[in-house]
Amino acid sequence: MSEYKMHMMVCGGTGCRASESDTIVEKMKKELEYRNLDEDVQVVITGCFGFCEKGPIVKMLPDNTFYTEVKPDNVTEIIDEHIIKGRKVQSLLYVDPNKGQAEPDSKHMDFYKKQIRIALRNCGFINPEVVDEYIAADGYEALGKVLADYTPEQTIDIIKQSGLRGRGGGGFPTGLKWQFAAQNEADKKYVVCNADEGDPGAFMDRSILEGDPHSVLEAMAICGYTMGSDEGIIYIRAEYPLAIERLHIAIKQAREYGLLGKNILGTGFDFDITLRYGAGAFVCGEETALIHSMEGLRGEPTVKPPFPAESGYNGKPTNVNNVETFANIPAIILKGAEWFSAIGTEKSKGTKVFALAGKINNVGLIEVPMGTTLREVIFEIGGGIKDGKKFKAVQTGGPSGGCLTEKHLDTPIDFDNLLAAGSMMGSGGMIVMDEDDCMVAMAKFYLEFTVEESCGKCAPCRIGNKRLHETLDKITEGKGTLHDLELLKNMSNVIKDTSLCGLGQTSPNPVLSMLEHFYDEFLGHVSDHKCEAGQCKSLLKYNIIEEECVGCTACARVCPVGCISGEKKEVHIIDQSICIKCGACMDKCKFNAIELI
Amino acid sequence: MIKLTIDNKVVEVEKGTTIFHAAKKLNIEIPILCYMNLEHLDIENKPGGCRICVVEVEGRRNLAPSCSTKADDGMVVRTNTMRVINARRTVMEFILSDHPKECLTCSKSGHCDLQDMAQKLGVREIPNETTCEMSSYRLDTSPSIIRNLDKCIMCRRCETMCNEVQTVGALSAINRGFEAAVGTAFEMNLEASTCTYCGQCVAVCPTAALTEVDHTPQVIRAIADPTKTVVVQTAPAVRAALGEEFGMDAGTLVTGEMVTALRGLGFDHVFDTDFAADLTIMEEGTELLGRLNAHLAGDKDVKLPILTSCCPGWVNFFETQFPDMKDIPSTARSPQQMFGPIAKTYFANKLGIKREDMVVVSIMPCLAKKYEAQRDEFKVDGNPDVDFSISTRELAHLIKQANMDLTTLEKSEFDQPMGESTGAGVIFGATGGVIEAAARTAYEVHTGKTLEKVDLKQLRGMEGIRAGSVDFDGLEVKIGIAHGLGNARKLLNDIREGKSHFHAIEIMACPGGCIGGGGQPLHHGDSEILQKRAAALYREDAGKPIRKSHENPAIKELYETFLGEPCGELSHELLHTHYFDRKRKRDIED
Repeated sequence: MSEYKMHMMVCGGTGCRASESDTIVEKMKKELEYRNLDEDVQVVITGCFGFCEKGPIVKMLPDNTFYTEVKPDNVTEIIDEHIIKGRKVQSLLYVDPNKGQAEPDSKHMDFYKKQIRIALRNCGFINPEVVDEYIAADGYEALGKVLADYTPEQTIDIIKQSGLRGRGGGGFPTGLKWQFAAQNEADKKYVVCNADEGDPGAFMDRSILEGDPHSVLEAMAICGYTMGSDEGIIYIRAEYPLAIERLHIAIKQAREYGLLGKNILGTGFDFDITLRYGAGAFVCGEETALIHSMEGLRGEPTVKPPFPAESGYNGKPTNVNNVETFANIPAIILKGAEWFSAIGTEKSKGTKVFALAGKINNVGLIEVPMGTTLREVIFEIGGGIKDGKKFKAVQTGGPSGGCLTEKHLDTPIDFDNLLAAGSMMGSGGMIVMDEDDCMVAMAKFYLEFTVEESCGKCAPCRIGNKRLHETLDKITEGKGTLHDLELLKNMSNVIKDTSLCGLGQTSPNPVLSMLEHFYDEFLGHVSDHKCEAGQCKSLLKYNIIEEECVGCTACARVCPVGCISGEKKEVHIIDQSICIKCGACMDKCKFNAIELI
Repeated sequence: MIKLTIDNKVVEVEKGTTIFHAAKKLNIEIPILCYMNLEHLDIENKPGGCRICVVEVEGRRNLAPSCSTKADDGMVVRTNTMRVINARRTVMEFILSDHPKECLTCSKSGHCDLQDMAQKLGVREIPNETTCEMSSYRLDTSPSIIRNLDKCIMCRRCETMCNEVQTVGALSAINRGFEAAVGTAFEMNLEASTCTYCGQCVAVCPTAALTEVDHTPQVIRAIADPTKTVVVQTAPAVRAALGEEFGMDAGTLVTGEMVTALRGLGFDHVFDTDFAADLTIMEEGTELLGRLNAHLAGDKDVKLPILTSCCPGWVNFFETQFPDMKDIPSTARSPQQMFGPIAKTYFANKLGIKREDMVVVSIMPCLAKKYEAQRDEFKVDGNPDVDFSISTRELAHLIKQANMDLTTLEKSEFDQPMGESTGAGVIFGATGGVIEAAARTAYEVHTGKTLEKVDLKQLRGMEGIRAGSVDFDGLEVKIGIAHGLGNARKLLNDIREGKSHFHAIEIMACPGGCIGGGGQPLHHGDSEILQKRAAALYREDAGKPIRKSHENPAIKELYETFLGEPCGELSHELLHTHYFDRKRKRDIED
């Protein structure tokens, strides 16, 4: 990279590509060539920068200027101003809404200040389609080191000592998992990478595979070495075409360089990787279901034990790790277990990638040390709540997790703290809710997802979640009773207690945690038939305030169902039995004579 | 051995035992719904789907399914805490909330595991019952089996039987989440699937999601029609199981009571399929000897082993799964289908009535027989050789409807001539019985000597695949036996690969043979019941004065006065059949 004077790093993640980042790249190359600058300035397509809210992102190196929401039309301006004249394009710089000033470069942005990037270390820095760039960033050095210097046992020890825990949601110690798989003797063993990311709103696995596919390949090979496996399989959802494409390129390049295949680096170690596509069933993130799906069977879990480490894919010992878990491995090997375990909390080491979504200013992907508080994540990195609204809750762990409230904001985030607070880490989705969000409706929203995604094997998950959803629906329709709240609680507890796999064992978490933290809101729905957040339409009532109404008839004219009656210059009345609660009358009224009660 | 504590009692069990079985040792009956004990079939069944059998295990976060959780040394288990009882009841409420509430008119009422379990768990209401959405599917009717998935509770016992035991692969879980049910591929009709109508799915279904097609109304109508002569035949296995429907112990023989009941129902002639079984031996045994002798004489065109063909589920199986081997099984029809044409020709002639005025009803332990009776090749000008085939269970319903109590009925004898049978015909109902019967006759025909030791015990037993040999005076005839289509598949694969060394193989589709048929009183996979039924048949055989088919005087007379000789021209017309490649036919249809 050094022969170039400047680099234009353009995000090639799925989000930015959807906003024409590939057109930007083409145009940059053309314009640079036209200006004879193509020898001096290199355009690099990178993985995700994480700042998806303001994509497409173009980052200028070496000065770290961070251009946001770049359009193909801005390309000539960037080249002419920034590259030729050395002046930053002010209009494309990120303006922090809280500070009200443009940030000159990424180093100054609050979004990046508190982040430590291990799993995402190469995302946004290297071209994921060029193996040399990965190698230049110390890529495959960890594999070489392991093969040359460490025995499988020593390698497992390093991972154990690092304290790395599974990033897919369960938080099981990775080193221990590897050890189990290593201990089971068999003529064939498999390393499986779980890239069946299914949490709504979570996209860290996709971003890693799109931005740094080699890190996962390298880690899988290391894992294969420790457990005595020569075959790795990446189970990836077919809805990730870009990640699949980049993985194919990466595997091909790694094979060409002798980093995958037979006799890797001349050490006699064989390891190769293939891809297997999933059809996007949430339950296939559960490892036994994933393995059945890979075997061509129905994607549904089976009772453990036997664990995959004893009898997994094709009945052979199999180690299944999530993408983000693997992405941490090369860094741990290179920098040591101590370095890794110095980051984080007592029982949760290292960093965690979170996908920020919902009513938050900086929607995107972040990586922070374990132990960072929710307040830091939401208000400093995330830039606070959209439109200056009030923070209400944050859902962590996706549909399997729970909601956390104001009182949890200063809780350091780690596996155990989140569990203790009634939520869970999950794969790292964080959906922020503000005062306009109704918690009953939110609980219903998550249940809708679970009902769709249950495989249907066990009765509590198949039917129980449906009944939970129906009861929540009843409450949002204003037909709920106090007894229904008791039912919700009992059904939730039994579903958790009796379901076969993690999906059902966690699916009632949103209901339970929302019931716990927002019981009054539920109570308001069933006893007062009121939805404070104004989200549950059936519970809304538009009312004309007699004193304010001047009888202008504007509301009656705009009402689509003709439920407002009244003579000119006389007070109008809404027929509640016909009203569809569209709110058109309220919008139209110039006299603030219509209220929502 | 490991030691664990269940409900404060200590029990010692072998390593690998499930909590459910360990509890059973202490006489603690943990309720189960989806689990079946298939150990006797060498299948470890651990469905873990219904979650009714959950128990509390100390140190475990969640409740554990006792049917699929192995006991550990030092484990402390509680099966009846408040937490467990509430969980079980709530899960049962879930299951019932998606199940039609039509117990009063349901064909399974009184025999329904779900009903029993709801009672046992004390479910008295279903929360928000009126607003619970129910999953709904189309009804699928086939010649033998009706699928009413609205009543499916996803226990998936049928799937286990169809795929793991029978390796038929017609039924498996379809759809996801609330819409999940057990169905056919692409939700095609059962008729278009690979289903063999063996009925093992029906035999294990805890509800009425899978039931037999009920032909009793047609039978009652035929009996009531004064213009019809109604002839009934009863298969060997029926007499060893019918009593169970009336509260009698498994293995109680009710042959005489059954005959009385059938007369009471108004059948004009009560005959025995055992008669036709003897006839089958004459035809199949002759064919076996013919093929064996030709083979020994060096005829390369003659294929061995010869396979029995009296099981219609098995016939359906090889027609769909091994059509390339359809010339290996014997061409002899099944006893049911030998009885039909003989009744409608030989016996109708004797009575001096027309074929159309005779109705032949069969009582079978089998659901595939319903389909078999409807096959086109077993009809003359559209008139079937056997008009209706009803199951042992349907017969029990008929008897109950007619206000008869089988347990108090007098015994009586079958009518003549087609009620005359030998011990060889009786044992057709148990695995190994057909080939034992055939060997008894073939031995004497081949050697010209009397078989002194009639009981060929080397051919009996309950193992899925067995091998035995019979010394035909210096010629060692090697015999293979398989019951359960999964076992049949193994033997067929051996034949296909040229690895089979048998001269003759008996195959029965159902585990245990006909005594474990899909039309029998539900045995829920309990192998003890099967063994008792088999023992009953061997008991009846031992008590018979004549035990070799070729010595049956009625059969002798049939050949002398009507058929001529076994495998003769008339035999070929009336008693033999041919097979179809139904794999291809299905492909074209779909």
